[in-house]
Amino acid sequence: MTFLKVSDLKVEFQVDKKTITPIENISFEMNEGEILGMVGETGSGKSLTAHAIMGLSSLVGGKIGGSVQFGEQDLTKLSENEMQSVRGSQIAFIPQNPMTSLDPVYKVGDQIVEGLYKHTKISKRNAKQQVIELMGKLRIPKPDRVFQQYPHQLSGGLKQRIVIAMGLCNNPRLLIADEPTTALDVTVQAQIMTLFKELAEERGIGLFLITHDLGVIAQVCDKVVVMYAGNMVEFGDIKTVFNTPSHPYTKALLGCIPHIGMGKGTLSAIDGNVPSVGTYPSGCRYHPRCPSAFEPCKKSMPELIRKKGETQVACHLFQEIKD
Amino acid sequence: MGKILEVKDLSVSFDVRGGLLLRSIGTVKAVDNISFSINKGEILGVVGESGCGKSTVARLVLRLIEPDNGSVLFNDTDILKLPKKEIRQQRRHMQMVFQDPYSAMDPRYTIFRSLCEPFQIQGVKLKKEALRKKVDDLLELVGLNSEHGFAYPHELSGGQKQRADIARALALSPQFVILDEPTAALDVSVQAQIIKLLEDIRERLNLTFLFISHDLSLVSYFCHRVVVMYLGRIVEIISADLIGETPYHPYTKALIDSIFETVPGQEKKKTPLEGEVPSPFNIPPGCSFVSRCKYAKDICQEKTPALEITPDGGQIACHFPLRTLK
Repeated sequence: MTFLKVSDLKVEFQVDKKTITPIENISFEMNEGEILGMVGETGSGKSLTAHAIMGLSSLVGGKIGGSVQFGEQDLTKLSENEMQSVRGSQIAFIPQNPMTSLDPVYKVGDQIVEGLYKHTKISKRNAKQQVIELMGKLRIPKPDRVFQQYPHQLSGGLKQRIVIAMGLCNNPRLLIADEPTTALDVTVQAQIMTLFKELAEERGIGLFLITHDLGVIAQVCDKVVVMYAGNMVEFGDIKTVFNTPSHPYTKALLGCIPHIGMGKGTLSAIDGNVPSVGTYPSGCRYHPRCPSAFEPCKKSMPELIRKKGETQVACHLFQEIKD
Repeated sequence: MGKILEVKDLSVSFDVRGGLLLRSIGTVKAVDNISFSINKGEILGVVGESGCGKSTVARLVLRLIEPDNGSVLFNDTDILKLPKKEIRQQRRHMQMVFQDPYSAMDPRYTIFRSLCEPFQIQGVKLKKEALRKKVDDLLELVGLNSEHGFAYPHELSGGQKQRADIARALALSPQFVILDEPTAALDVSVQAQIIKLLEDIRERLNLTFLFISHDLSLVSYFCHRVVVMYLGRIVEIISADLIGETPYHPYTKALIDSIFETVPGQEKKKTPLEGEVPSPFNIPPGCSFVSRCKYAKDICQEKTPALEITPDGGQIACHFPLRTLK
């Protein structure tokens, strides 16, 4: 069942009397219990998309366009007060760096309980019990002891589990995780990703996972959105997109990843740099770096077109074939 | 192929101070009795999780920190025995590229001025024009142009900054360059650019690299041999071509298993390694990996395994290797 449908999402900011549009043309949908990955390089607008879905970018002066259908309601139409009751209870957010998202002077248990109090009427004793139970489910060893500890006493992986517990304490339907394992070691990353998969399967939570790590996307996600310079360039189920990528950028990006057993000197790279907001080229934003670019690419921005199945791609090459 | 660098029994430990009077409250053995060597023209990778001592090894080899004991032979000269004055002469031949290009360059200097510094420090007297020519050549070598020389670091992208950083390391035509996670702060497409650049430069200038990274797929692609470290010790040295097939140490296997491959649905049935790297404070006797190893037996708690030669020419320190050593 589709429970999150993002259509033509865009965010505008006024900077020095000029309007800049860091993200636009973003449309995708996800079902309950599904893991949707969003992948792209620095500055491609991944985090801003997540913030826009949660209505956070309007707090810093961004104007949100398009719609975000979440269950019955369109989140872009809600007032800030109404949004506050959605955030934390129905939609939870897991930030990138667990080291800076915990308050160093409070015990971690109390920090989790705080989120629970905000949205639920519950007695102190029950709250504590519920949180310790949740911590146990997230495989935090000796949860009643960890409850009483301060963040600096915990390892990076444990801190990330605490942050995940904060997100889960109100039983949200959608969990948005922004690069949740970037700050962690590879063996710990594998543990956290296994945990996410279980949460999606057992609790039916939808997970929106932002990462720049294509390997994580390939092994964990059901669907993927590929972002480039504030645009969505490709969207579809993970097997179709990664095994038979349509967009030249998706193809090139996958070619940049070294594998074990790969011959020396066979790695390919994408020339040039990702353009930054305000210096986007005309037409398709990828055309200056694209080996298959032709005339229309410089002139007009390609629209998202539906390929077979659920796959969507924004590239003139495919419009040509269709015509 | 002769050896360019030979490290023997190198150890260093740091005092950790704490409390009100900053008394010593313990020691951390950052690097514990490690030995390895690098052949001329080789790329040796060092891989391991954070806190395993990778960067400390780099600093010890350049003698940026003083070891407790051991020796570092660079072209058969023990650089740990050299007086301070001569070590600077040696460093001309051994350079380093740092992890974070954003903080490796002085923000108040133009790229040109930063690239002139190695010559000034080493007392290389050059006429103004000759110096400009040299710097321009360096910039060209790393895929930048002379225009970039006028820029300040904040005006360059991460990839361009890392290129400038590499140019600075190459300024004095070194024989040996240490690369300490040179792409960890970069995007994958830029990482691929930098790796291709390094491959190209190494071939053209006949350099030897020590490449430090936490990314095993990258290391196995870029390097010839790989040193796997855990808690300050070498657990395995293995030829990069064999990593996918024949790791001997359970930890190397665990690192391979924690890689997420970009081909969907290819997931091997793998159990992620439990727990995290223990605190390096007062490491107990025995194998340092014992607390996370599923093959561990009593002897692993008691006796530190010594490095043994494998049939493939690698080395491994484990009481119960995954493959027989005969």
